[in-house]
Amino acid sequence: MSAGELTVLQFTPSPTSLSAKVHPLVIFNICDCFVRRPDQAERVIGTLLGSVLPDGTVDIRNSYAVPHNESLDQVALDIDYHHNMLASHQKVNPKEVIVGWFSTGFGVSGGSALIHEFYSREATNPVHLTVDTGFTNGDATIKGFVSVNLSLGDHQLASQFQEIPLDLRMVEAERIGFDVLKKTAVDKLPNDLEGMEDSMKKLLALIDDVYKYVDDVVEGRLAPDNNIGRFISDTVASIPKLSSSAFEKLVNDSIQDQLVLLYLSSITRTQLSLAEKLNTAAQIL
Amino acid sequence: MVVVAAVRSFLQVAVTEEVASPLRVVQIEGLAMLKIIKHCKEFSPSLVTGQLLGLDVGSVLEVTNCFPFPIREEDEEIEAEGANYQLEMMRCLREVNVDNNTVGWYQSTLLGSYQTVELIETFMNYQENIKRCVCIIYDPSKSNQGVLALKALKLSDSFMDLYRNNNLTGEKLREKNLSWVDIFEEIPIKVSNSALISAFMTELEADTPVTQCDYDRLQLSTNPFMERNVEFLIECMDDLSMEQQKFQYYYRNLSRQQAQQQSWLQKRRSENMARKAAGEDPLPEEDPSNPIFKPIPEPPRLDSFLITNQISNYCNQINGVAGQSFSKLYLMKALHEN
Repeated sequence: MSAGELTVLQFTPSPTSLSAKVHPLVIFNICDCFVRRPDQAERVIGTLLGSVLPDGTVDIRNSYAVPHNESLDQVALDIDYHHNMLASHQKVNPKEVIVGWFSTGFGVSGGSALIHEFYSREATNPVHLTVDTGFTNGDATIKGFVSVNLSLGDHQLASQFQEIPLDLRMVEAERIGFDVLKKTAVDKLPNDLEGMEDSMKKLLALIDDVYKYVDDVVEGRLAPDNNIGRFISDTVASIPKLSSSAFEKLVNDSIQDQLVLLYLSSITRTQLSLAEKLNTAAQIL
Repeated sequence: MVVVAAVRSFLQVAVTEEVASPLRVVQIEGLAMLKIIKHCKEFSPSLVTGQLLGLDVGSVLEVTNCFPFPIREEDEEIEAEGANYQLEMMRCLREVNVDNNTVGWYQSTLLGSYQTVELIETFMNYQENIKRCVCIIYDPSKSNQGVLALKALKLSDSFMDLYRNNNLTGEKLREKNLSWVDIFEEIPIKVSNSALISAFMTELEADTPVTQCDYDRLQLSTNPFMERNVEFLIECMDDLSMEQQKFQYYYRNLSRQQAQQQSWLQKRRSENMARKAAGEDPLPEEDPSNPIFKPIPEPPRLDSFLITNQISNYCNQINGVAGQSFSKLYLMKALHEN
């Protein structure tokens, strides 16, 4: 130990506002790659594609697996494959760039630091995503990390992986009907009328719940919560106040519009079958 | 009592060709579905296509993965690049153990106007190489209504035979009793997910009582959607009436030509009688060089069939949305009365 100056262990503060948004497609892809991995591999490694939004959050939109070889102290990544896939993906979507990399398995391992270094040469400040497919905590954990450098004076000692908040954006999945994606098999996709029925039932259930809650509060069975009360009164007040004749007129007009459209489409259908008869059944005698 | 079981000899079994069981169901994985939706949505309103990969098992066609095609420029030399891209993608995906088998393609559409001649041509192209292929159509504009508009289509076999022989005349169609309904066959879709993914999804997304999907479905304003539908419908009706006129014109010409032929034949016959009376050789009763004997080409029926298909599609959509609007309006009425 050299006598003299004391060096201070410093680490650059992490950018406070960095967070990442993950699309469900990425999780699906990672799970699928994990299920299809070659027998001798314990985990799967791959690249994350996406973009960086103007407010600093990283939007992770797509991913692909990269074949790799891992032994106790060495990791070999197929860089050509990685570049080929990147080129192919960018042909379709030139806006998607490398934003990080993923690996399955819980937590960060030794080899990950090397891989992270490789990726930091490809993209600035890459995000490392770990997807725990082994459910080690009995729970599905998806974590995101960025690396922060620990330096002692001028020498760089190590990189610390600091966790960043992740946001699972379920935009498209919600739109479809989430039950379809949750189960292992769905026999048929819900058609529109069934979906309608479903939504109405849910609405009815919600209204019933609120009704029960208000009843309970009024009869003193539950302690009243002012926030909920205010929320309920806001909701009820948001029904537009129209005189009933104006409202009737509105509803009737809309119903008539829809009826007209139905009539038109039925006429069109009839016309179609007539036209078809004329076209094919006509014979020159 | 001797029970004689009818057992086919091995030779018999080997001789009978194996008949492929008809395709009943398309089983698509959640991953492929999400990829299709993401790709179509990102590039809407322009139309995009991509390739489907999977396995063909018995009467089920499994789609396990897919990849998008880059948007093609008008330039013809990009043709080779497109093929290269496809090969490259398939090779790379094969290295990570993804099914390397093409089972069809997908394309996005706008309000359901997908029945075109190009679709049929693409089908014929694919059919030459793959025994069973399917086309998945996704409509991104309909998901704003809270409906998953994903359809699996395939050309019916009888139509394919006719098309391959270029035999789309009225006679043949009447023989096979083929009408516009029989061109495309829709196949039901099943969704499957691996257990790992469903475990993840169930954990990650709490079971909220109401989802965004419900909000979309219960929306009252369907007017823009209906307006566009009706606009497309009107255009298609114009096309259909043009086709009708073509047919009428053809039939009129045909009957006029026949009348001409008859009168010419009469003249020839009377000439021949006169010649016979004069002792000369009779002239032939047919004269192929005469223009009135030239057969008039029949206008193709394929276009009118396709247009009819499109129109019926629009009508169905209008019906569906109108039905939903009724329920929503009555709901509003009940709500207000309280």
